Amino acid sequence: MSEAVPMREGSQPGAFRWRQSKHAAIGIHVLLILGAVIVMIPLAWMLSTSLKPPDQVNKFPPIWIPTPFVWSNYVHALTIFPIPLWVFVKNSLFMSLAITVGTVMSNAIVAFAFARLRFPGSRVLFLIVLATMMLPGQVTMIPLFLLFSKIGWVNTYNPLIVPSFFGSAYFTFLLRQYYTTIPREMDDAARMDGCGTFGLFFRIIAPMSKPALGITAIFAFTWSWNEFLGPLIYLSKMESFPLALALSYLKGTYRVLWSELMVVSFIAMLPPLILFFVAQRSYIQGIVITGVKG
Amino acid sequence: MAYILISPWIIGFLAFTFGPMLASLVLSFFRTDMLSAQWVGFANYVTLLSTDTTLSLFWKALYNTAYYVFLSIPLTMAAGFGVAVLLNEKISGRSVYRVIYYLPAIIPGIAVSLLWLWLFNPQFGLLNWFLSLVGLPGIRWLQDPHTAKLALVVMSIWGAGANMLIFLAGLQSIPTHLYEAATIDGAGAWRRFTHITLPMISPTLFFVLITDTIWSFQVFTNVYVMTNGGPAHSTLMYVLWLYLLAFRQYRFGFASALAWVFFIIIMALTALVFKSSGAWVYYETEIGGTRS
Repeated sequence: MSEAVPMREGSQPGAFRWRQSKHAAIGIHVLLILGAVIVMIPLAWMLSTSLKPPDQVNKFPPIWIPTPFVWSNYVHALTIFPIPLWVFVKNSLFMSLAITVGTVMSNAIVAFAFARLRFPGSRVLFLIVLATMMLPGQVTMIPLFLLFSKIGWVNTYNPLIVPSFFGSAYFTFLLRQYYTTIPREMDDAARMDGCGTFGLFFRIIAPMSKPALGITAIFAFTWSWNEFLGPLIYLSKMESFPLALALSYLKGTYRVLWSELMVVSFIAMLPPLILFFVAQRSYIQGIVITGVKG
Repeated sequence: MAYILISPWIIGFLAFTFGPMLASLVLSFFRTDMLSAQWVGFANYVTLLSTDTTLSLFWKALYNTAYYVFLSIPLTMAAGFGVAVLLNEKISGRSVYRVIYYLPAIIPGIAVSLLWLWLFNPQFGLLNWFLSLVGLPGIRWLQDPHTAKLALVVMSIWGAGANMLIFLAGLQSIPTHLYEAATIDGAGAWRRFTHITLPMISPTLFFVLITDTIWSFQVFTNVYVMTNGGPAHSTLMYVLWLYLLAFRQYRFGFASALAWVFFIIIMALTALVFKSSGAWVYYETEIGGTRS
């Protein structure tokens, strides 16, 4: 990945040559730590609330460290819905994995054509790809809903999964950017050895692009895991809710049980967090390549 | 051959993007309910733009959304840029900071919304506790029409780290020799910042400004979960209103008109930013390897 977009960690001077003085470095750290604390406080508060006994949740001034730690909140949260929590986790996993498969497969190939093959209209078509990246989804939302309800896809995962098999502007762009960093000489050599277009893709480009394909998979998984509006529109039966949708239901229906709500929120953010930590470097590179935040 | 390979995208574009766009335009000229559709010409658009709030909440929703966008974008961009400038200095622990600042961007929007709902709680929330620590009275945050939008802006700043990564990459692609030359010429830290960093980073600022504007205009999940547009329509955002009209009231025709007006507003804003870019975005073809 590092050939694609070098992120220099090294010695370039910033605008301010603060590092020449020890005091300046300390100043920078103080500012950064202050900001980091502000970012972390809500998350710490979330964990703290998730472990509180009921009588310590609604306290002012707030109690930071629950006494005792009520781990059973986590057990209770699993059964707080009319349906066991693992059903939602399973739904989210199924939906996100299917979307991930579709996204990686379709965009890997489409981006390959845009990056490597010359054909009439390729420039115009690629401009259209870029333009659709800017298109707000609301413009297509209603006709798509009508279309999918006409073919009986409402209350199935199809409206959420099937489109991912037809490419998406963002990932086509991401992968194309990566493919173009692979030297063209590789293509010529492969052609010389008798590779066809498919051979070129499967033997050369795809294996060399594993990091970019990995990022695509991670982003596709994370975003579909976090997706809210789509499931909200298409799914109305609770047993098919993904976790994100189930969470909003929990807020709407019950007297708000903050501890349990924080537990389920925490569970919902675990998969994206774990993926981020595992693949941190390539995650960041992916954002840098496209310049679009996650 | 190439056409076979891109055919998934072409089919997808026609079936899931271009076709529905046209259909939504056509639909916007119909009055619809659950069962029937009736051609009404521009009536939906006329109703939409009406200043009568019993007919249309368009201006309210547009005002709310614009208020949110125009406050949160400068603040999140400034915060993200500030952190990026600090992180661009040679300091230890840089990757740890980078992870921490980016965390809020990874968490599902719904979890963030519920967490902040709890932080904003007027009786037991953490934010009012902080206010009480410095001797300020509590605020009713999301429950007060005067502060609800502001609360959403505060919440958006928490996620400013998402921009930080992009700014940091932009800063790191500025060639060192520019700073060295400027230093030799006797430029101080501030001059180096205004004469090198800012012009060199302006394409990145421009890019973030465009994508953030488009993105923020579509704010939905947090208002749907936290306020449902209330109190007194003070957080009724454009897309939330569109959702409620289409999927709660099944007024597909009217909602389609709403969607197209939204589309036109976003295009116009984007065009405006593009037009203004000549004045403040500095392009040097050689630089900016992260962008193309």
